[in-house]
Amino acid sequence: MERKTKIHAEEGKQELLITREFDLPVALLFKAYVVPEIVEQWMGTKVLKLENRKHGSWRFETSDAQGNVVFQSNGVIHDVVPNQKITRTFEMDNTPFATQLEFLEFEELTSDTSKLTMHIVFRSVADRDQLLQLPFAQGINMAHNRLQEVVAQLN
Amino acid sequence: MELRRDVFQAIADPTRRAIITLVALQAMTPSAIAENFTSSRQTISKHIQILTECEILRQEQNGREIYYQLNPKKMKAIADFIEPFRNLWDDRFNKLEAVMKKHQSEQ
Repeated sequence: MERKTKIHAEEGKQELLITREFDLPVALLFKAYVVPEIVEQWMGTKVLKLENRKHGSWRFETSDAQGNVVFQSNGVIHDVVPNQKITRTFEMDNTPFATQLEFLEFEELTSDTSKLTMHIVFRSVADRDQLLQLPFAQGINMAHNRLQEVVAQLN
Repeated sequence: MELRRDVFQAIADPTRRAIITLVALQAMTPSAIAENFTSSRQTISKHIQILTECEILRQEQNGREIYYQLNPKKMKAIADFIEPFRNLWDDRFNKLEAVMKKHQSEQ
């Protein structure tokens, strides 16, 4: 399997680089980040607000199948240069995680391919490492819940 | 979780990742490893020590020489640890790509 998404996390640094090359013209890649209906489709979240301009702000909300809100995030948009970059903050509501600063760079590789570089800056090294571990911990929880379901059915 | 965090930091360093790559090919003595780097022998020894403490490298006595080799079990654990985070983003981006390709063909 081809590994398109790369994660780069250097020791002792409170930042993270996520890079990905897309089989899409850069204009389409950029569009996926600024058109609310499209963001909703690939992020699987509801876009309550997305102001793509200097000093704008954004707000996303994710619900489970029953309609309960399970995840909320928000931030401010510092800068938007079409097809080039978005600078914004990211904050998860109701969590102990400090706000992150995100620099998104959109780059044309060929007329049909493009590259996204997400440079995320955290408040501390510990914050970064904790976030890196989050999906791992969630994976364990999910496996655990699944196991409980299976076991419950046996009883 | 503390042990995992240590391992994670061990492989986050570029020199240590380079050492892992070297030793993955064949068991090596500390001096053979150090020859591949411009850093001092002492610096490389420190890196080897950290990798050994994290059990990423294993020592093996061969005559008078100590050889270092990779502990595949530990490497698997590391891959498993970082993978969920990478997978999360990879899934998300795959979806983005699919959504935009559909969008493109509809226009």
